[in-house]
Amino acid sequence: MRPNIKIPEKYRVVIDNDACISCKRCIKECSYGVLDFKDEKVKVKDGCVSCLRCVIECPTSAIEVSEKPSQFAPHAVFSPEIRRSIISQANSGGVLLSSCGANAEYMDIFNDILLDAAQVTNPSIDPLREPVETKTYLGRRPGKVVVDENGKIDLDASETPIVVMDMPIMIGHISLGSISYNAQASLFRAASELNIIAGTGEGGLHADFYPMAKNLCAEVASGRFGVTSNYLREVSCVDIKIGQGAKPGHGGHLPGEKVQKLISETRMIPLGTDALSPYPHHDIYSIEDLQQLISVLKESTEYKVPVGVKIAAVHNVGAIASGIVRAGADFLTIDGLRGGTGSAPRVIRDHAGMPIEIAVSAVDQRLEQEGLRDKVTLCASGSIRTAADMIKCIALGADVVGVCTSAMVAMGCTVCQQCHRGACSWGIATQRPELSSRIDIDIATRRIVNMFHAWNEELKEILGAMGIDSVESLVGNRDRLRYIGPNPRIAEILDVKHSGEGWG
Amino acid sequence: MSKRSENMMIDAGMRNDLGHPLDYRELNRRIREVIASGEDRLVLMNVMGQRYIASATSNPRMRIEIHGTPGNDLGAFLNGGVIEVFGNAQDVTANTMNDGRIIVHGNSGDITGLAARGGTLLVKGNSGYRVGIHIKEFEGKGPNLVIGGYVNDYLGEYMAGGTILVLGLEVEGSPVGLHVGAGMHGGRIYVRGGLEKHQLGPAACLADMDEKDEKVVSNLIDQYEQAFNIKVDRSVPVSKVMPLDSRPFRGHYDSTTI
Repeated sequence: MRPNIKIPEKYRVVIDNDACISCKRCIKECSYGVLDFKDEKVKVKDGCVSCLRCVIECPTSAIEVSEKPSQFAPHAVFSPEIRRSIISQANSGGVLLSSCGANAEYMDIFNDILLDAAQVTNPSIDPLREPVETKTYLGRRPGKVVVDENGKIDLDASETPIVVMDMPIMIGHISLGSISYNAQASLFRAASELNIIAGTGEGGLHADFYPMAKNLCAEVASGRFGVTSNYLREVSCVDIKIGQGAKPGHGGHLPGEKVQKLISETRMIPLGTDALSPYPHHDIYSIEDLQQLISVLKESTEYKVPVGVKIAAVHNVGAIASGIVRAGADFLTIDGLRGGTGSAPRVIRDHAGMPIEIAVSAVDQRLEQEGLRDKVTLCASGSIRTAADMIKCIALGADVVGVCTSAMVAMGCTVCQQCHRGACSWGIATQRPELSSRIDIDIATRRIVNMFHAWNEELKEILGAMGIDSVESLVGNRDRLRYIGPNPRIAEILDVKHSGEGWG
Repeated sequence: MSKRSENMMIDAGMRNDLGHPLDYRELNRRIREVIASGEDRLVLMNVMGQRYIASATSNPRMRIEIHGTPGNDLGAFLNGGVIEVFGNAQDVTANTMNDGRIIVHGNSGDITGLAARGGTLLVKGNSGYRVGIHIKEFEGKGPNLVIGGYVNDYLGEYMAGGTILVLGLEVEGSPVGLHVGAGMHGGRIYVRGGLEKHQLGPAACLADMDEKDEKVVSNLIDQYEQAFNIKVDRSVPVSKVMPLDSRPFRGHYDSTTI
């Protein structure tokens, strides 16, 4: 018996030899070493991950990648994926890693929700001819309006710092380390151009990116990588990372291979060591402890920037969110089950947490019940794939949505889920210079800007169609949603009426 | 130093109309004002547990003397200057310290020196649980933590760099608790008075002291002696704890595409 049993290949690569001009470009492009040139022909070896780099870059479209029909005998319970994982674990004895968001067939509730539109009794608005406001404010709300002696609203009277963004969108926290320098530079530049906020991730901030700090949110995670007083004072907001939707309760682990000079400098750790983020913050074992970290960050930034807390959506999310707001967080980010990651144990990625649709509604309702909702900005992330997801998420209760994977896709990512291997052929989730140079910062920035600009235009179209002239009026407006999925209990929990139910 | 520097004093125990001592926000605001005014010496009297004192102080010439008991998170994100406490410090002293020096003429609480990456912390007496957790170093710059007495469990957990010295003065037996260096993957812990193998956490091991280690320990003892005006008996043997590997979890994961 062999010590290792071979796992059948998942993808088939076919080279059309009539179309192939033997330019060997595909061989250079494939970062997984699948293609080879022998006997004047491109030969295919094992290990294709269907990243499609070769398919898209081939000048004569001579390559086709398709999913192989399963070679396992059909079985309704032991799916091919389950059998593959068992074989792999019996080979290695290791915890299976994966990346991107959950790949299990959990209900996609966004697709079960329909939006309302204005007809007859309330007029719709044409956003191309009338103003529709998408400006969004991040930070603790003052809870009162101060009017000066001239009868004008005094916006500076608020005691708490507020960040103004042109769209209700935040590019989520993706660290330098999990993605390349060029990829992060593109995200940050796009955020500056769009006047929105991008998260730095927990890996600190590279010296080159300080000029863009006004559009950045610093992440303080349990590893405190690169967190210095100077860094905290430069950025426009600070986020305490407690959890991440892709791996609730799990810490970070950047393998030593990725800790090269650039990462080592930015994270301020030795070359080649594993960058480990402890699972909990060891100074936070309670809401009172969290309050301390929030307070010390506010003291350290002299109360000039909002301080937020990011948690993964877990089953008791409503109560936890309430505690976080009471602890003094100026904004609160909930990251749902399907949120992305550069590396996470598959078992956590696919099996722990709660979909963002349910979490955001649960938190919005809970904070509302406790009279806390109007104090904070609620951000929601975890697989906001399109403008439609964004709009539904806002109507379910979020002020701002966090987007990561879609911004990656705008740069070329094909969601092949190999980020943890550090060999991203698109130059995104890698630290290999020959690969990361595949991202042209100018072009990638333009593409991300284009995508979010289009989303914002779509948001205005929908707001106009609903007869709403400001995105703030859509926040938590669950009356404008209807549920059309298979499980009415979900509608109840979401506090959304079923399709067919009127205003009552 | 100028004359006005000598007079810079804040009474943190000053009562307001309700009989409460100075609120931490007010105290810290005043401290920041003093620092911003260009003063480089400040004395805080009657400190009564006010938290977050001197966080993110950066002026390398700043010297803050604290009389009383500062609260949690003393000197968080410290980036320069000296803080000297004539009393005990509470939890999370020197949280994520980057540079500077904190001297405590007493004990310090749990998670002292959390995630520090530079600077020096000298504690005359004992310290609590999880001291020096996840401290790290970069290009020769790392934190030095010296604890004069006993340190409780999980000393140097997740440690990725830097130096910890436990002197065990007036302690009978080993001056450290259990799970020393659990999951450590960098740095070094010196224990004067030694420890048994069973006190080590996973990924840590005992190593022989070499000449370089002796020098490091001797230098830190010099600093301790100078700070507290105490003589340390240097004939007591010192044990060294090291990481087994800079990549403790290699092989724990399987990245096969399934």
